[in-house]
Amino acid sequence: MIDQPTAGAGDAGSQGQQETVQRVRPAANEAVVVTAEPGAAPGSGDLTDELLRSDQWTDEMLRTAGIPVTDVPLVSVGGGIGSFVTVDYLRIAGVRTDRIAILSNLDFPWQTYQYLTRVSQIPRPERIRSDSASRPDNIWGFPSYALAEAIGDRTLAPLWQVLIEPIFADYYTPKAGRVFAGLEREAKRIEYSKMLVKGQVRMIRKRQGGGYFVILTPMVGSTPTKRLAYRAEFIHLAVGYPGLRYLPELQEFRTAHQDFHHVVSAYEEHEHVYEAARTKHLVVMLRGGGIVASRVLQRLMDDRAKHGLSTDIVHLFRTYITTSHGPNAWNRRKGAHGFAYQGFNYPKSVWGGQLKSEMRRLEGDQRAAKYKLMGGTNTPFRRRWQSQMKQGREAGWYRTMAGTVEEMRLDQGMIVSCVKTSAGLVEVPADFVIDCTGLEADIAEHRVLADLLEHSGVGRNPLGRLDVERTFELRGAGSGPGVVYASGATTLGGYFPGVDTFLGLQVAAQEIADDLARRGFCRRIGTFRSIRQWLRWARNKQP
Amino acid sequence: MLPTLGGRIQTRLFLLAVVGGIVTLIIGPLLPISAPLSVVYQDTFVILAAVAVLGTGWEFLYHFLMQWRWEKDWPTLFGLVTAIPEGVLVWLLLRAGAIPGIKGTVPTDAFVIDFAVVWLAVWLVANGPMRVPFIRWRFHGGRLV
Repeated sequence: MIDQPTAGAGDAGSQGQQETVQRVRPAANEAVVVTAEPGAAPGSGDLTDELLRSDQWTDEMLRTAGIPVTDVPLVSVGGGIGSFVTVDYLRIAGVRTDRIAILSNLDFPWQTYQYLTRVSQIPRPERIRSDSASRPDNIWGFPSYALAEAIGDRTLAPLWQVLIEPIFADYYTPKAGRVFAGLEREAKRIEYSKMLVKGQVRMIRKRQGGGYFVILTPMVGSTPTKRLAYRAEFIHLAVGYPGLRYLPELQEFRTAHQDFHHVVSAYEEHEHVYEAARTKHLVVMLRGGGIVASRVLQRLMDDRAKHGLSTDIVHLFRTYITTSHGPNAWNRRKGAHGFAYQGFNYPKSVWGGQLKSEMRRLEGDQRAAKYKLMGGTNTPFRRRWQSQMKQGREAGWYRTMAGTVEEMRLDQGMIVSCVKTSAGLVEVPADFVIDCTGLEADIAEHRVLADLLEHSGVGRNPLGRLDVERTFELRGAGSGPGVVYASGATTLGGYFPGVDTFLGLQVAAQEIADDLARRGFCRRIGTFRSIRQWLRWARNKQP
Repeated sequence: MLPTLGGRIQTRLFLLAVVGGIVTLIIGPLLPISAPLSVVYQDTFVILAAVAVLGTGWEFLYHFLMQWRWEKDWPTLFGLVTAIPEGVLVWLLLRAGAIPGIKGTVPTDAFVIDFAVVWLAVWLVANGPMRVPFIRWRFHGGRLV
């Protein structure tokens, strides 16, 4: 097995694809089969049988294996925006760069995010789906993106929009380019690169006597040994999405026909679909009713209008929303034409208000039920999209339907989906099928998490993801004074719902930083430090 | 804003006391009231206290109304336009002589200026700068303690 990253692994495109789209999907509920990896010889600088088998490691075991050990009090595994936001908090709390190591195969924290936004049709000038005050480059959220845009572009329009949103205008959302520029500035300010160690994290194991070892497989040829070990008291785990899955019938079609061209995921490169639409009449089928489906739909509709195309769009929803929905008058979400409408991916108050407070008190089934009530695929109501879709419906080039696909086959160069609807089976031929469902893989499909589940005693929450405390401490992973924290998508289902968002990562970072302060790792950010540090942020001075 | 009921009340009382207090001190001498400054301050601070006390009741109503919102949020605009019913109520009580501690008569124009400037200052601080000294405030539904 080759698991040592090569220099090419840093390439954003290839990295993003490998990390986010899983091409072979195991059967539902099938346990991930981890092939028994043969151990290396002692002294080889690689993982020995003894290390692979043991739940707890001693310093001696690492010495015997010949793996060099580096001591760092805190290691963040992941290196995406989750690591960045947490480390940003800690740097602002006064932690020096030599007390943190970020282990990652990413060159910069927003690399995967930038890739995913680009392929899912949010280039830099377009606006992402995030609140004005959700700034991953600014722990205070002040000035908000809207205020920064108003000052930068000398216009009152963003402030006016924030004032009247969401009643008289769509929610203000920042442009992707502005978000990336802010992240770049903050990364430089906190000296992110000094803490970054490139490589692939292989596993985290408890250390006998307290703390943990993290095994890193560095870039090929960059070190004398195949593995490096980091000995740390605190671990922060922010590995992002374990992977995305295709819908089963799409995966089967792709595998059976070896066709990765006409059936594509919206989360991977699929520019060829839009290019083909510019050369001939196409029928494109969209699957899914979330934000990515809206984005892809917008691109198809924009191109149609801009280049005078004749593209027909068939939009298939599994759950077709016709109107406002919910169990009672005070829990009703808007919806129409198939979509459930919501400004952001959860009701806004999960990030700080009533719903956050309520969820924090719920356990087990009650929490799972609340997640179900708030969850479900949804997309924002944007006036521009509404007008485009209305035009398409009236002209007949945009059709929506509800159902599930029973079978897909090839017929005269078209992909025919046999859709089971309430009116029976309907055959829908299309030139291209774009899967916008964004099904997520199980956490055990991520190698580091699978190892952690097998060897550390961590459990799963009511939604099957990593079970964390309110402080984002991973339950069952304690090792003496050592703590493992986890934030981001892998913790969805915990006491805090909006984990896989900018603001959610900041909520987690604040809880983690405060918990670390209670354990004596750093200072708690109080009122005066907060003001002083904000002034340093405003002047772009190091924390 | 994303308030809880407790957070609403705490934020209101804190901001009216600190921001409202400072603004009242500054604008007191500039208000069109023909009375000694001590009387002006007494009247404006009593009005400020009335807004705080009555506001606690208003917050219960706002919290109740918020339950009909799916997002359970309180849009920025709501925080601004609620000045109208609150201001009208205080003015009516003032005219009815129902607010204890007021000396003499507060002219309508002076009341409108005082109330609007204080409200605007509190609203502006709550929608941004408040997050700088109180880094946990926005994640705790507006609670300070």
